[in-house]
Amino acid sequence: MTTTVQPKELKLKELAKGEDRFVHGHRMCAGCGAPIVVKQVLMATNYPIIASNATGCLEVSSCIQQFTAWKIPWIHSAFENAAATISGVEAMYKSLVKQGKLDDRNVKFVAFGGDGGTYDIGFQSLSGAMERGHDMMYVCYDNGAYMNTGIQRSSATPFGANTTTCPAGDAIPGKLQQRKDLTRIMAAHGIPYAAQASPSNWLDLMKKVQKAFEIKGPKFLNVISPCNRGWRSKTDDAIALSRLAVETCYWPLYEVENGALKITVKPKEKKPLTEFLKPQGRFKHMFAPENEWMLKQAQEYVDAQWEHLLKEEAFWTEAKK
Amino acid sequence: MSKKFWETLPQGSVVLEAGSSAKFKTGGWRSMRPKWIEENCIQCMFCWMYCPDMSIKVTAEGKRAEFDYDYCKGCGICALECPGKKGKKAIVMEEEGK
Repeated sequence: MTTTVQPKELKLKELAKGEDRFVHGHRMCAGCGAPIVVKQVLMATNYPIIASNATGCLEVSSCIQQFTAWKIPWIHSAFENAAATISGVEAMYKSLVKQGKLDDRNVKFVAFGGDGGTYDIGFQSLSGAMERGHDMMYVCYDNGAYMNTGIQRSSATPFGANTTTCPAGDAIPGKLQQRKDLTRIMAAHGIPYAAQASPSNWLDLMKKVQKAFEIKGPKFLNVISPCNRGWRSKTDDAIALSRLAVETCYWPLYEVENGALKITVKPKEKKPLTEFLKPQGRFKHMFAPENEWMLKQAQEYVDAQWEHLLKEEAFWTEAKK
Repeated sequence: MSKKFWETLPQGSVVLEAGSSAKFKTGGWRSMRPKWIEENCIQCMFCWMYCPDMSIKVTAEGKRAEFDYDYCKGCGICALECPGKKGKKAIVMEEEGK
């Protein structure tokens, strides 16, 4: 017998009455974006959730020896296999239900990973799980470097950023490559739902989570998650920076549902990228007179990506008519 | 908080108590202290939504109550995001111990 789960009303006043499924006492840095992302994802739904976690800041500081900040069943096994672990859990659950050993309680399966554990190290297991079509959601909190081990560059690090393995100095002016567009790569797997979200737009994020949980099959959600240690910014600007990322179109909010792309939040006025770069110390060198070309190149890249998204969205709205 | 040693820990790296991190208080990390000024508060709940440490208490009616200083790390996100009333913020940051 399948238990039905009531949908959750997305109103701040109603949500505030609910119980947190990710609690205080975790040891993430002050002002970290990741716990905000996790709490919003878990808050968006009434479904029981089982989560797996890739190694990363979130894993090491939410579950230290006898302490856990999670109020849901949670498993961590290694860095590279969060998606493989949760797909195994999902397969076992399905099998037990089929054998009649367990009631189907409409459990949802979620994997959390940082950008290192998603874009680079966990990529093959993620790609495999998506291809096998497990009924699961992968949530990547993208802070753009290996922050846990001391800010090494990852393939999610944006162009120009200063990290400890691509330090801005005489030899190179920070990272010289553009970042990998993982949301599009995941959508290219032909999965039913892939989306990009930001904790500053909490309603948009929660709507995407709700929508994803109603879809059977593999889902992917990429969420920007500011890190004041690695981004060299102030402790209080996690939400302000993720909002600027959306308004400058550095982090466009869109969803790809069965191949059809839709931009969910369009900024009223597209701000120049420098507004997002300026408060972050990791881009400080880009504002030196000799590095003006970097600002130009970063802006051109963001503009081209945004134009491409708009064109693709126009194509899909035309195709749906 | 009593320390557990290997003889008393459950086998296999499992934590049997959900949400046990609440026993570990992180309030001591704070160098800046948020102060809630109730008359400027419009109950928008943005501070509650954006708090990374779940350190804003909520009453049974869903209204914002005082900060939970046992866990607040003093990041200041709430103070920055607070819209306040008529340009006056309902949350201000003060130096701890002053």
